[in-house]
Amino acid sequence: MQKYSIFSLIKNAFSNHKDWEVAWKDSEPKKEYDIIIIGAGGHGLATAYYLAKEHKITNIAVIEKGWLGGGNVGRNTTILRSNYMFDPNGLFYEQGMKMWENLSQELNYNVMYSPRGIINLAHSDAQMNIFYRRGNSMRLNGIDAVMLGRDELKKMIPFADFSESARFPIFGGLMQPRGGTARHDAVAWGYARQANSMGVDIIQHCEVTGFDVQNGKIEGVRTSKGNIKTKKVGLCVAGNTSLLAEKLNMKLPIESHVLQACVSEPVKPFLDHVVTFGAGHFYCSQSDKGEMVMGGDLDGYNSYAQRGNLPTLQHVLTEGVAMFPNLSRLKMLRTWGGIMDMSMDGSPIIDKTHIDGVYLNCGWCYGGFKATPISGWTFAYTIAKDEVHELSSKYRLNRFNTGHLIDEKGLGTKTWIG
Amino acid sequence: MLEIKCPHCGLRSQNEFSYGGDSNTKRPELGKEVSDKDWDNFIYLRDNPRGKHSELWHHVAGCRQWFKVLRDTSTHEIFKTAKLTEEL
Ligand SMILES: Cc1cc2nc3c(=O)[nH]c(=O)nc-3n(C[C@H](O)[C@H](O)[C@H](O)COP(=O)(O)OP(=O)(O)OC[C@H]3O[C@@H](n4cnc5c(N)ncnc54)[C@H](O)[C@@H]3O)c2cc1C
Ligand SMILES: [Zn+2]
Repeated sequence: MQKYSIFSLIKNAFSNHKDWEVAWKDSEPKKEYDIIIIGAGGHGLATAYYLAKEHKITNIAVIEKGWLGGGNVGRNTTILRSNYMFDPNGLFYEQGMKMWENLSQELNYNVMYSPRGIINLAHSDAQMNIFYRRGNSMRLNGIDAVMLGRDELKKMIPFADFSESARFPIFGGLMQPRGGTARHDAVAWGYARQANSMGVDIIQHCEVTGFDVQNGKIEGVRTSKGNIKTKKVGLCVAGNTSLLAEKLNMKLPIESHVLQACVSEPVKPFLDHVVTFGAGHFYCSQSDKGEMVMGGDLDGYNSYAQRGNLPTLQHVLTEGVAMFPNLSRLKMLRTWGGIMDMSMDGSPIIDKTHIDGVYLNCGWCYGGFKATPISGWTFAYTIAKDEVHELSSKYRLNRFNTGHLIDEKGLGTKTWIG
Repeated sequence: MLEIKCPHCGLRSQNEFSYGGDSNTKRPELGKEVSDKDWDNFIYLRDNPRGKHSELWHHVAGCRQWFKVLRDTSTHEIFKTAKLTEEL
């Protein structure tokens, strides 16, 4: 594989950039693989990459029903953070943050990791208290957390509504300085390119439609391009998890919901950080192109349509305007939606299943992009060794029976139903 | 915008409603012995089909009645609505 560097850039300039190698090759399915990963989103591609790199297993196919990166990995708002209160989440996502810091070097692909800081605004004394508590829990787990007062915030985010008439006055905020954003497509492409260079087949436009299971053991998958034999299968299909699980006679504590996001027309530098509104569900950041990237609530009803309806967007943007009044002057460029695998306690599932050789990676809710490296890393371990990794050992499916839920928000099941 | 026909009030905009999920979930019978597994399933497991889904909605900014809706989760098309006491 051609290495990307300043020298390769100069060299290719002489041929008008017409001779670059393709980043990864499209493959047709072979008859048999050691491992099949279903879903060429961030998690599937990262899993394949770490299987090849860390566990030296390369007879792998990543099978994708659409095109590589066309799912949530290419639809999310790219926020990276590990600002969790509970240990299982804090430790897992913090290890993930450390992987983001080196990911561009690791993949020889610029994922544009931008640790611009994420600020959660507080609009009451009670909310400040909660943030102090969360910040302290974070620091006990070695995660960076800083409390900000109103005056500091006035300097950092001057366009927020600090007026006396603000409906939700800003009291202060909790900041994770190392939080930030990354280029979502680059993450998918970077993992695909490296995995492919180590021998992983990437098979696009091929839908997995069923499984061959014999005596409780996986033998192969059925696809729109024929049957393929395999010893192991990893499910990384995000919002489509329930549909494939059903084919394995599993009913999961997951509902599929549409989450929308939108970007405005590009404007001059306006916002240096990722900022979340504390009196509702709205967040925004500014892309390198200058667009305001904004998102918030789920539409709120089961959906497999990768598009939502206007009332939710209107609601979310009303909150946005309450936070940054001058957003009201911007025109929207695009809106879109992705299908979230909402788990019943809001935390992910990485586990083995009742079928030998079938492994489950799902339940990422709205927050799975930031987990891409660490999810791939722990899931690859689980598949290769048929053993749960220490870091993801609290993300097992049986927690819904043992009662060890990881309900970060403390809201009980189905927190998305208002 | 979804337009939902409340069986009591007629066709109204989505803004007046809130969602209650899978309408086939049954609470284990009161006062009877219930296994942990049945209880967990009742709390955590819901139908999650792609296609026709029978679900509960609440006309929260209207008559405040709960009712059933048969809706397609891949197109959002609504086929039928019914009172709680009626079959969909
Ligand atoms: C609007 C929006 C904003 C978000 N914002 C953030 C954020 O700021 N930060 C954050 O951390 N997370 C965010 N997320 C969540 C994040 O995008 C997801 O949790 C994460 O991308 C899911 O993992 P994935 O990348 O592997 O999923 P996907 O990219 O969806 O990959 C799954 C793939 O499986 C394929 N597939 C499904 N069924 C089959 C089948 N039967 N056969 C073959 N292939 C199949 C799909 O086509 C898809 O490509 C957001 C999501 C959305 C929609
Ligand atoms: Zn009504």
